[in-house]
Amino acid sequence: MAARFWRTGGGRCGRLNRSPVVLAALSAVLLLAPGALRAQTPAPAEPKPAAGSTEAPGEIDPRQIQVPPPPFTEGIFPCTQCHDGKTVKVNTTRRKLTDMHDDIVLKHGPENRWCLDCHSAEHRDQLHLVDGTLIDFSRSFLLCGQCHGDKYRDWKVGVHGKRTGHWNGEKQYLLCVHCHNPHSPHFKPLKPLPPPVKPADIQAYEGGKP
Amino acid sequence: MSENPKLPVLSPSSNEPECGSRRSFIQAAGLTAVAAALTGCGNLSTEEFLQHNFRELSKDELKEIIARLEKEYAAKFGKKVTVGNTPPIPGVVFGYALDLSRCIGCRRCVYACVKENNQSRDPQIQWIRVLQMDKEEGVNIQHADPYYNPPEVPQEGHFYMPVQCHQCKNPPCVKVCPVKATWQEPDGITVVDYNWCIGCRYCMAACPYGARRFNWGEPHLPAEDLNPVTEYLGNRPRSKGVVEKCTFCIQRTRKGLYPACVEACPTGTRKFGNLLDPESEIRYVIENKRVFLFKEELNTQPKFFYFYGV
Repeated sequence: MAARFWRTGGGRCGRLNRSPVVLAALSAVLLLAPGALRAQTPAPAEPKPAAGSTEAPGEIDPRQIQVPPPPFTEGIFPCTQCHDGKTVKVNTTRRKLTDMHDDIVLKHGPENRWCLDCHSAEHRDQLHLVDGTLIDFSRSFLLCGQCHGDKYRDWKVGVHGKRTGHWNGEKQYLLCVHCHNPHSPHFKPLKPLPPPVKPADIQAYEGGKP
Repeated sequence: MSENPKLPVLSPSSNEPECGSRRSFIQAAGLTAVAAALTGCGNLSTEEFLQHNFRELSKDELKEIIARLEKEYAAKFGKKVTVGNTPPIPGVVFGYALDLSRCIGCRRCVYACVKENNQSRDPQIQWIRVLQMDKEEGVNIQHADPYYNPPEVPQEGHFYMPVQCHQCKNPPCVKVCPVKATWQEPDGITVVDYNWCIGCRYCMAACPYGARRFNWGEPHLPAEDLNPVTEYLGNRPRSKGVVEKCTFCIQRTRKGLYPACVEACPTGTRKFGNLLDPESEIRYVIENKRVFLFKEELNTQPKFFYFYGV
């Protein structure tokens, strides 16, 4: 089952439609400004996961935990906008992408990893696990958890990752991909906010005015 | 009294009028003392001067005081300010855990705290201090730098250790307060009654974590930066000459929200919850991770835990 989605040579080659509206998505999940998060309406998962491949249990909702939609680049989802099997033909040959998605630098694990190791070639709006199970982008933590089991375990109990909202009630949780760009997962350095004023430089003003 | 040059003395033969004059003398002296104290203490109102310790107030007195404070703040900042008096939640003792393996020292927590808790912007007061430490030295305060300012963090060879109030179970700051202006609440938060604090700063000397801050000058907080949702024992605006400290965002956490620093942290380093709830994140951390208490040997018994998440 697994081999169906990856490493099978399809041999079909497709010319990519470069229309600005139809941004194709071989690898859709990119970190993005939070504003765009909510703008995305996850398209209905079509087609449905192959018969017999039930999604692994999520186990993240012991106490009403909400996960925001995945941080897609604007306009990139659903992938089937372009990858509908007609406009863009499926090409399962391992290659460097040049026509489209050439902005994605894959810096994640082994050198020979590529798009279709995680993205499903047949069901473009979904991802697949190593056993071929199809999952929605909103459940990508199942995919990450295949290799990062320790982190996944901690994430499920709220230790790895960030929870916001109520400590004793409704919480919001982030997906792995909200903090780690799946194509280049190392957490990016930040500019620190200004250091505190040294005691010698603190001036006390009467009435709050200089 | 004026016609009698002698001091009034109590004699067995004292009659009623003499007793009365003595009483009036003491009353007059008392009022004079109050008046002198009022002028000596700057612009304190009589109500403020005569206000009791928070823990001795009746419900009605507290209601009056809160109404007065809300009026004062509204006049000062030109907008509506609410001063809450949210009681502790029964069965809750707050605990905090911070993942040293994940903090990158970006100081987002420091500024989120300042914004939430109405600290003075000038002179600057911050309740959280992030220390840049040498990896080779480990947790060694002698190698801590709070003033680091590289273009990007984390810096190679360093780790970052934010320090704030540890909400000790055995708080030395509470023990030394000569007027009982600071105490530990039933949910484990050590609070300050800013109207009762006399500014002696004994608590600051006693705190081994350097977690308390003193308003050396009149706090300057622009009205547009004021967080109008405040708590009497928490983030209401302070005045010159009082000590303040982290309260685990009492105005948020007693309503079930996470503290502002937890919400602000971009790396999810900060964990918060109820120590008495075996299902809480904080309990999971304590039971499953490598946890250490800062200056544990002082027996302060902090409810603030550092851990290594990896």
